[in-house]
Amino acid sequence: MKKTALLALSALLACHAGSGVGSAMAEEEVSLTDRLYDDYGIEMLGFAETRLGSRLVDDENEDTLSIGEARAQVELTRFFDSFTLLFKGDLLADAITEEVDADIRGLNVAFRPSDVLDVKIGRMVSTWGTGDLVFINDMFPKDWQSFFIGRDDEYLKQASNAFRTGIFLGDYIIDLVYTPRFQGSEFVKGERLSYFNPGAGQIVGQNMVMADNAPDDYFEDDETSIRLSRRFGGVETALYGYMGFWQEPEGMDAAIGKAIYPRLNVWGASARSPVLGGIGNIEAGYYDSFDDDDGRNPYIRPSEYRFLVGFERELAHELTGGFQYYLEVIDEYENYEQTVAPGMEARDEYRQMLTMRLTKLLMQQTLTLSLFVYYSPTDQDGYARPKFQYKVTDNWLVDGGFNLFWGEDEHTFWGRFQDNSNAFVGVRYSF
Amino acid sequence: MKKAIITTTITACSLFALLVTSPVMAAEPDVEEIVSKANLAAYYAGDDGKAEVNMTITDSQGRERNREFIILRKDKEDGGQQFFYVYFKRPSDVSKMVYMVHKHMNKDDDRWMYLPALDLVKRIAASDKRTSFVGSDFLYEDVSGRNLSEDNHKLVESNDTHYVVKNIPKKPEDVEFSSYTVQIDKKTFLPVKAVYLDKNGKEYRIVEAIKVEEVDGFPTVTESKVTDLEKGGHTVSKFSNIKYNIGLKEDIFTERYLRRPPREARR
Repeated sequence: MKKTALLALSALLACHAGSGVGSAMAEEEVSLTDRLYDDYGIEMLGFAETRLGSRLVDDENEDTLSIGEARAQVELTRFFDSFTLLFKGDLLADAITEEVDADIRGLNVAFRPSDVLDVKIGRMVSTWGTGDLVFINDMFPKDWQSFFIGRDDEYLKQASNAFRTGIFLGDYIIDLVYTPRFQGSEFVKGERLSYFNPGAGQIVGQNMVMADNAPDDYFEDDETSIRLSRRFGGVETALYGYMGFWQEPEGMDAAIGKAIYPRLNVWGASARSPVLGGIGNIEAGYYDSFDDDDGRNPYIRPSEYRFLVGFERELAHELTGGFQYYLEVIDEYENYEQTVAPGMEARDEYRQMLTMRLTKLLMQQTLTLSLFVYYSPTDQDGYARPKFQYKVTDNWLVDGGFNLFWGEDEHTFWGRFQDNSNAFVGVRYSF
Repeated sequence: MKKAIITTTITACSLFALLVTSPVMAAEPDVEEIVSKANLAAYYAGDDGKAEVNMTITDSQGRERNREFIILRKDKEDGGQQFFYVYFKRPSDVSKMVYMVHKHMNKDDDRWMYLPALDLVKRIAASDKRTSFVGSDFLYEDVSGRNLSEDNHKLVESNDTHYVVKNIPKKPEDVEFSSYTVQIDKKTFLPVKAVYLDKNGKEYRIVEAIKVEEVDGFPTVTESKVTDLEKGGHTVSKFSNIKYNIGLKEDIFTERYLRRPPREARR
């Protein structure tokens, strides 16, 4: 009841924001934006949106509503001669959590102390690597939950507090991102999406929310990401290193009964180049889960090799296709296999996954139909994201789609989310 | 949208027009010389350049959409390799996105998109040159120029003011037109009107220079228009704050500046 009321309220709010923004903005938004720029040199952007979604599969431990929210985002940028200031913040009224949240997605200063150095300090989003929605060497925090319930793709990446620097030495570029305190990715823990809990041996939700214990000491529980890149003609190559933690709680502290984030180092490389009329990419990484005792520690996810190869090109007029093959290999598999607790399902030594992306633009590119599919032939599971996006005008956008999970078994990577399939729609006004 | 953005770039490029060669010639130049000079005039004015572009897309029902972006261009050599950097301002959902092209002569162009919300540098396949630039009636190829070697050229008319050149694609299966005819101004060598014929020989598309002004000594198209005779829509691009030879450094056209737009790309 309370939820319904809140949902109604937030929907109303969004409508109000929308119409208010709509009518007032039609005449005044331009002037406010311009006034900010003319008087203070501040560039302003933003949007207001509302989003609704429903579960397609019954799950007794979760709400039927998969998403119900009203959101506003404002971005302010001020360019000075020698530095740039940026603020980007979201205000979110969420009917599921029944809370209003503020999320700062950017608050940073960027400057160039010398010709060969770029520095950015503060809260920011970082991304690198060559995969399309498959991340090997990008260890920056994600928010898979947002991704799974139909929020804009932007929210797959979380902002984090970091010090970022780029060093430009001729053909070589060194990028370094230092996060003084581990943040970790937002993962599915039962609150709003259900998952398979190996301890319980079944799919659980709000009845068994995963408790985790994240490392949180400044400068001790820190993360360092580094990339060395170089372009050879059209071929972009890079080496990567990461020193930190698993981004999701891939370990268990049996003593306190909580999920933990074991230490992790990642070493990898990638290349991306035009090939066969499209763009090809290849990326590999070694996930050194060095507390796993060569796979003998049953409470910690073992080390892995990860490998990705992909290709994207235009298939027909305004139709683009992208295809990737991904392979995950457990290191020291014999050790791992022998230590799996009785009753637990051991993972396969090789996990293979294929992805496909199709994007079709229609009606002078105002309508985008897209489909992204993950499918694992070894796990017999997958996740599909059919979506549409229609730009009614330059300011108004309507979108919607499905998040469809399936799996032969409940314990596999995508199979564990199989009770969360949902459909969603959204309306956004940008200014 | 991403693709749409790409398309936009093209238009902008064509705007940079240019160049002057001595208009007075004793004998009629041959057609290869004419198209080569027109190419330089339209796409290679100065060693580099900058323009603000305001594009209005009108569909067959009169609905308007708007695009605003800044385009930076640098030539490696006249008639040869070029770099383009397009910084989007409007509409706001594409604001701060960057589209970058390294245009090559003997191989496919290299293209990148930068999406600031995700901090994502995306590489884009270059096979689709005849698709719409940012949802407008301009095509990529209108913006950055069609490679001269892709067509056979024939001088069909030479009057007091214009050369008229007919262009027939060497690989008709790769394009949607059967031929196009371009009017080239004899004084400036700027192409001022191109009419495209479809596979049945019917006119379906017109690209024209509406306004030409001299900027920093270079005859420059400051307003251009594409009309889609088939669907009934049109797009008008207006160029302002045009500058040539501003000393753009080559490293502006690298990943470093995708993440951090150069001063020249801001308003």
